[in-house]
Parts: sequence; structure tokens; C-alpha cells
Amino acid sequence: MSQSRQRQPLTYRSRILQPESERAADTHPLTWRLRDDGETVWLDEYLRKDGYQAVRKALSEGDPQTVIATMKKANVRGRGGAGFSAGVKWSLTLKGSGHPRGYIVCNADEMEPGTFKDRLLMEQQPHLLIEGMILAAWANNSRYGYVFLRGEYVEAARSLNRAIEEARQAGWLSPDINGSGFDFDLAVHTGAGRYICGEETALINSLEGKRANPRAKPPFPGQSGAWGKPTVVNNVETLCNVPAVILHGADWYQGLSGDRSEDGGSKLYGCSGPVANPGLWELPMGTTGTEILDRAGGLRDGLRLKAWLPGGASTGFLLPEHLELPLDFDTIGKTGSRLGTGLLTVVPETTSMVSLMRNLEQFFARESCGWCTPCRDGLPWVVKLLQSLENGQGEPGDIEMLEKLAADCGPGLTFCAHAPGAAMPLASAIRYFRHEFEQGIGKPRAQAHQDPIPAGQV
Amino acid sequence: MTDSIDTTRIISSDRFELHPADETAIVRELDHYEQPQAATIEALKIVQRRYGWIPDGTIPAIARVLGIGPAAVEGVATFYSLLFRQPVGRHVILICDSSSCFLTGFDELKAALVQQLGIDYGETTQDRRFTLLPVCCLGACDGAPAMMIDDDTYGPVRPEDLDTLLEGYP
Repeated sequence: MSQSRQRQPLTYRSRILQPESERAADTHPLTWRLRDDGETVWLDEYLRKDGYQAVRKALSEGDPQTVIATMKKANVRGRGGAGFSAGVKWSLTLKGSGHPRGYIVCNADEMEPGTFKDRLLMEQQPHLLIEGMILAAWANNSRYGYVFLRGEYVEAARSLNRAIEEARQAGWLSPDINGSGFDFDLAVHTGAGRYICGEETALINSLEGKRANPRAKPPFPGQSGAWGKPTVVNNVETLCNVPAVILHGADWYQGLSGDRSEDGGSKLYGCSGPVANPGLWELPMGTTGTEILDRAGGLRDGLRLKAWLPGGASTGFLLPEHLELPLDFDTIGKTGSRLGTGLLTVVPETTSMVSLMRNLEQFFARESCGWCTPCRDGLPWVVKLLQSLENGQGEPGDIEMLEKLAADCGPGLTFCAHAPGAAMPLASAIRYFRHEFEQGIGKPRAQAHQDPIPAGQV
Repeated sequence: MTDSIDTTRIISSDRFELHPADETAIVRELDHYEQPQAATIEALKIVQRRYGWIPDGTIPAIARVLGIGPAAVEGVATFYSLLFRQPVGRHVILICDSSSCFLTGFDELKAALVQQLGIDYGETTQDRRFTLLPVCCLGACDGAPAMMIDDDTYGPVRPEDLDTLLEGYP
């Protein structure tokens, strides 16, 4: 497993663009241990760099409630994109006498278009995630853990499996972790494709070996999740925040963002699209889009910025004027968009918003699990309308129909957040760039469509 | 993939027997889970590693090992995009068509692949060397446009890189 394989020059390697000298333990809890050479931090090095000290501390103090209280106070908000407080989630998990011990599941199904942060953490620093999962298991009285990893992340699977074995050998995953009497172990569960697996209840169905259709909530996974047991699902980056929070405390964590944001901590921000230096940086929560775009070296080839997505394909478009805003959950939420995963996708003026939306909606239509109607039938219809507009074949009324379809896919009208995620960029693209959509109307209104609405072929 | 039998011709499903090593590997997976059904995806991947795809006969055979109905196994096999219920080429190319790649040259890369291989999505070259499929954002957006061939991720890939890249997969 450890021998480095023959690499083609074009082989993709995850990387952080800040050098080691810029990453310190007290300011960069997620990445300070990462090496400049990009090699994985294995157990010996991880232990030298304060590894498993948070587990030692939490287990010796003896009260899982302390861990939850600290997490609540630190207000670590879900880094998978939803922004829900991990501490609050943990406080709602059924635990104690009368309840079976359940599961901690790490959502490592990173597939949100434009997002490449969890890959780095798992490939180069697997022990931080394992330590975070042990702490989460301790707090939630979980019996066993799973890293639900997307099948394409082959390198991350290698890295995690080797690290889990190291941790097991060293007694960090065992029937008696560090002499505390607490038992916990975990396994990597690799998926087989499909974006919908990132939805936490669909993920649980997939973990159970079923089709990845979402489940109704309530009951929430914390009440009844995998195999009906209390189950906590957290994103990779969220769990990677836990060790430093436990080791240094909630106040320290809150202080990391200074006066930039109400949200505490640091964040793995990123930038991709046609920029000079696409990449990842660990920065204080509430860093502005301007600073991130600067770090990315601005747009390349003299291109000018038209719009940007703050955190993946399921967030709403923002304009150049929004770059000055601090990128935190509440501030970006107030613009009508969402912070999402916090990795910016940059759209240049030369790109047609209609074509880009067609690309995004083809993705959402293809990845719909087909469980509920607005999503299964509405999204292919959206694609068809966008294709017409893109080809100058749109009809009067098409834009209004797109708006109606986006509204019908809104929050609360579908089984899960997939369709609302498809609707948000569409609604914002029409709001800000309506004229581009209007340019696609080239035909008078027809009496009837010649062909039926497609139900799958998009 | 090492077997010499022509798995595309296996239709009679009930008489299919899993390779003993595969059955052992599937049974080993059961340890990780509260219920055997959870090993379905891994079981399907195990047979896919052997045959390159999931032949019809393996569905009831896996169902027997897991103690569940064949429909449950088939339902899973047909849901997930990385499980192949039709024969594929010796190498599977997954090209990322998501937003960051779309903004950095996906169209040109895909057009070059289609031209070079003479196949589109879901198709296999006549020499059964390559199958081309789209894939969700590969999480390699700082290396866009990106693609995978088998287990290897590449990016950024330009159309002019394809010759050298594909040579590595005979």
C-alpha cells in the first residue's frame, strides 16, 4: 500500500496552496500538519504533531456531555453545506439507558460540483478525520463508525484504510481506547456513484445496501438512522474540526474568525473555474470573496468576472459586487444564496448563463433519484427548455415556465434537498441575467409541442 | 476480467456459481454490518472486478449469499452509476462534466475523446478497449478539466494530452 505508484505527469494530486510556513497550529487547525511535499501524514508524524491528544483529553475527563457542550458553544456549523450546528445535532441524538448504541457516519461522498476539499483532508491527513470520528462517537455513544466514501476516491480509500489499521494497532480504535473502557471501531464503506448519496438519509439507505432514495424526516437519523439505530451523519471537514475544538476550547475556536463573522473557526475555502491559480486555502471563517479571488490570482487570460457560485452547483449565483461580503452562512444566506461548501466557482463574462445553467441542470436531472415527481419530471423539463433557449429556439413563456418549475422544486415541496438545490441557481440566474435567457427566444408560441416531454433522456 | 469465459453469453441465471474467492470475499464483508444486505454494493463490485461487469447470473447468486431477494440486488445494481450491468471495455473513462470542468474546457476535451475513440457516452470501442461515461464532479476542480481512467485521476487534461494518456491503457 505504501509504495508510490508510477505516476503519469498528468496525474491529479490534491494540494493546499498555502506553504507550511503559513500554517500554524493555533490558526490553521485543519491543515497545519499537512506537508509541503503533499505526502500523507501517517501515525508517527500525526502523534508528533499533537495527534490523538484531543481523544486522550476527552476520554480522561470522562464526560461525553462536556464534549457536546463544547461543540455547541464553539458552534461548529456543518461544512457539508447545510451549516447546521454539529453540537446541536449531537445533543439531539438519542442516547443513554433505554436506547441502543448507534452509529457515527462520516459523509465523505464529496460530489457537489466545484468542491474538492474533503479529498485533500482524507488523502493527506486521514488520522485527523479518524480522531474526529472517535470524539463524535464518544459524545454520541456510537458503537461503530463508517466513512461513507465515494467510489471514485480511490486514493482516499487507500489512505484511510491504512490509517485505520495504524490506529487500530496503536489502540486508538479498540475495545478499550487508551484505557478508558470506551470501545469503538470504524470501517470505510465505498459507494458506487450517484450524487444523491450525499443526502444524509439517502446515504443511510445506501449504507444499508439499498437504492439511494431519501427517507422521510422525521424521524431524523439521530433518532432512527442506520438499521433503526441513532445515527449521526457529519461531513469530513466538520469532523476534522472537532479535535482542535476539544483540545483548545470553544472560545479559542470562536476567536479564529476574529470580527469577520459571527461564525467561528476556520474554513477550507477554494476557488475554481478559469482563474490563474485554482486551489484551496484554510482561512478564517468570514473571509471575503475578494480575498479568495485574489489568492487565486484573479481570472486568467484577461477574462472578466460575470458571476460566481459561493459553494457549489446547488447554491445561488452571486454578482461581482457580492465579493466584498464575508463568506459565512448567515451573510451569504441573506443574499438569497447559500454558503454551501465555500468553494467558489468563477464564471467569466464570455460564458453564456443559459449554457452554464443547461450544464448544471443536466447534472441535477441526471442525478435525481427519481423518487418524487417535481424532481424526476421537472428537471428534465427544465433541461429541455434551457436547450431550446440555448439554441435560439425558445418560445415566449419559456422563461416564466422555468421560473414556475424552479418554484415548484422549492424547499418543502420535494422529498429532499436535491430539487431545491437545482432550483436555487436557476432562479438566481434568471433574476440576474434575464436578458440572456430572453435572447434565446427565437420562435413564436407554438400550439403544441411536436414531441412529448422527455422522462429521462436529457 | 481475467476469466476466459465469454460472460456476455451467460443468460441462464440459476446455475451460475460465484467464483469461490469472490464468495469468500463477500462473506468477509458481512462482518462490517448489522445486516447482510449492506454488503450488496461491495458484493457487486467484487464480481465486477472479476468479469469487468455484472453478468446476469451473479445477481441471484449474490442474493443467495446475502440471504435477500434477487430483486433487491438487481435494484441496487441498476441504480448506481459505477456498477455496470452491461459489458464494458477493458478500461472505463469517466469524464467529469460538472461546472468547473465545463468552464475550463470540458466541451473541447469531450469532443476530442469522441473523435479519437469514435464512441459517445455509454458506448464501447469495437476493440473493447474503452468505454466512455460521464461522471459527477470528480472533486479535482483545481485540476480541471479532469477525468478518470480506471482508478487513476487526471487533470488538467488538454485534448493534445490524450494520445499519451490513452497509450498507458492498452
